[in-house]
Amino acid sequence: MSQVIETGKAFEFTAENVEKAQKFIARYPEGRQQSAVMPLLDLAQRQNENWLSKETLEYVGNFLNVPYMRVLEVATFYTMYNLKPVGKYFLQLCRTTPCWLRGSDDLEAVCKNKLGITNGETTEDGMFSLLEVECLGACVNAPVVQINDDFYEDLNAENFEAVLDKLASGEVPPKGPQIDRINSAPEGGPATLLEKTGDA
Amino acid sequence: MLKDQDRIFTNLYGIHDWKLAGAKSRGIWDNTKTLIEMGQDGIIDAMKESGLRGRGGAGFPTGLKWSFMPKESDGRPSYLVVNADESEPGTCKDREIMRFDPHRLLEGCLVAGFAMRAIAAYIYIRGEFVQEAINLEIAIQEAYDDGLIGKNASGSGYDFDIYLHRGAGAYICGEETALIESLEGNKGQPRLKPPFPANVGVWGCPSTVNNVESIAVAPEILRRGEGWFSGLGRPNNTGTKLFCISGHVNKPCNVEEEMGIPLKELIEKHAGGVRGGWDNLLAIIPGGSSVPMLPKETCDTMLMDFDSLRDAQSGLGTAAVIVMDKSTDVIRAIERLSHFYKHESCGQCTPCREGTGWMWRVMQRLVSGDAEIEEIDMLINVSKRIEGHTICALGDAAAWPIQGLVRHFRPVIEERIKSRKAARAA
Repeated sequence: MSQVIETGKAFEFTAENVEKAQKFIARYPEGRQQSAVMPLLDLAQRQNENWLSKETLEYVGNFLNVPYMRVLEVATFYTMYNLKPVGKYFLQLCRTTPCWLRGSDDLEAVCKNKLGITNGETTEDGMFSLLEVECLGACVNAPVVQINDDFYEDLNAENFEAVLDKLASGEVPPKGPQIDRINSAPEGGPATLLEKTGDA
Repeated sequence: MLKDQDRIFTNLYGIHDWKLAGAKSRGIWDNTKTLIEMGQDGIIDAMKESGLRGRGGAGFPTGLKWSFMPKESDGRPSYLVVNADESEPGTCKDREIMRFDPHRLLEGCLVAGFAMRAIAAYIYIRGEFVQEAINLEIAIQEAYDDGLIGKNASGSGYDFDIYLHRGAGAYICGEETALIESLEGNKGQPRLKPPFPANVGVWGCPSTVNNVESIAVAPEILRRGEGWFSGLGRPNNTGTKLFCISGHVNKPCNVEEEMGIPLKELIEKHAGGVRGGWDNLLAIIPGGSSVPMLPKETCDTMLMDFDSLRDAQSGLGTAAVIVMDKSTDVIRAIERLSHFYKHESCGQCTPCREGTGWMWRVMQRLVSGDAEIEEIDMLINVSKRIEGHTICALGDAAAWPIQGLVRHFRPVIEERIKSRKAARAA
């Protein structure tokens, strides 16, 4: 079983990304360029339609003068590196207890009934991929789905469907809480921090 | 209830400007030079006196931890590493600090880094927090441009750099030595201790790993005085703390409260109470998924601090309060956590790699009832063979929720097995 896919297509950073990569490398002490494997893999993934082929891993290894095996180890250990193509909108649905308590099962059902996909699948048109993930760290705004880089919070079957509808029609709905609520403050407005804090 | 004037995180909800101008108007970066002028020993002594215990879960005294760093360099530089890999289920407090109050963290980095004679801070942020990383990067650039960090940081004569490093989705990287491995560009697999990071940390150099909240509160403690902080809360459990209240409450939220606040008061005053009223409460996980749950009768009188929760065979952990009402299938709630630990085990130690999967499979059968009564004891037995037999605490963290479940809800588990048997016989 091969964990990585060879596409036969060469990969190299765009000029802009070469510059970014060099900035990442400069963050670490001299001779410690292996530390930049993670930021460079992320950079490569962003340039390569949100997934990493064998060629991208080899390129990052060569760029950093780090053996391919070291790069492969990192790419297969961390879950955010996609080793196969994903849809345009990559849905990461949190299924850990705090989100489950507040209805993540309903969101799973929406994916199944509306998009026809279950965990690990992509829609035929390549628009949506679903991955069930562990705790995303936004538990007081549960349940949460991360769509590409953004968190959609306080979801239920209804507002999640609305988010998906908008995405399907080419519109990106505002991220964050999908109910009337300010970030992680209680619904209905903050009950603390009401005194003037000297904000400009 | 804690007064607003005693709250440190004044932009917790992101209502105000999080950038430098807004931060300055909230008192951040206000003459930070004078804090540096307290000197390394002065800062560490004040932190010790304040009683601050680490906010990442273990509750180790922060000032004491800083004092372990070498006072004289043997040629190797020292580093501060900030643990922003917030991944403990239930916990979502550091996220708010990083996206809405990033300068509070950066000022803390300078002060803490200076106190431990570090040349730089590396903030290790979990990969999923993309927006939070963007805000932090902007804040770091603002701080450099304003001379607050970098050469002669804040006019103190001390040079100090701050860098951000993004993770890529691995809970284990919240363990300090796994985090260091990850920062070096490796798989995040924990190291054996000793040597401790204060002697051999990142790139073989002395390092201290601190949680975001621990670092972010430091400047405010030094400014207002250690006596102010130690005057809040209870002895040995001082100060304020960010609580994350999730699950079956009417208004889930984050809130900064005094340490030692009664659990019931915390939920009723801030989170709108338990769904269906306090009597509809089944159980609470009081400190993130790794600590054992508390049944309702214990919750009635529980105080939220390190020592009170330890005495109740649980823990304050990250102060992430996960509330479950009577509609909850409590076995399934813990089965979900068992899946979490199985998914997040790094695979290095056999008891954890094999044991977390084994426990999850048994937990699945306990959910459906397809098990034998004796298997409950076998499950506990296996959990004790994992607990304490691994390099890091992930093994313990996987064992404790299950032990808590059996301790408080054994009759529920037995009942399900029996009724499943009866249904099959019928």
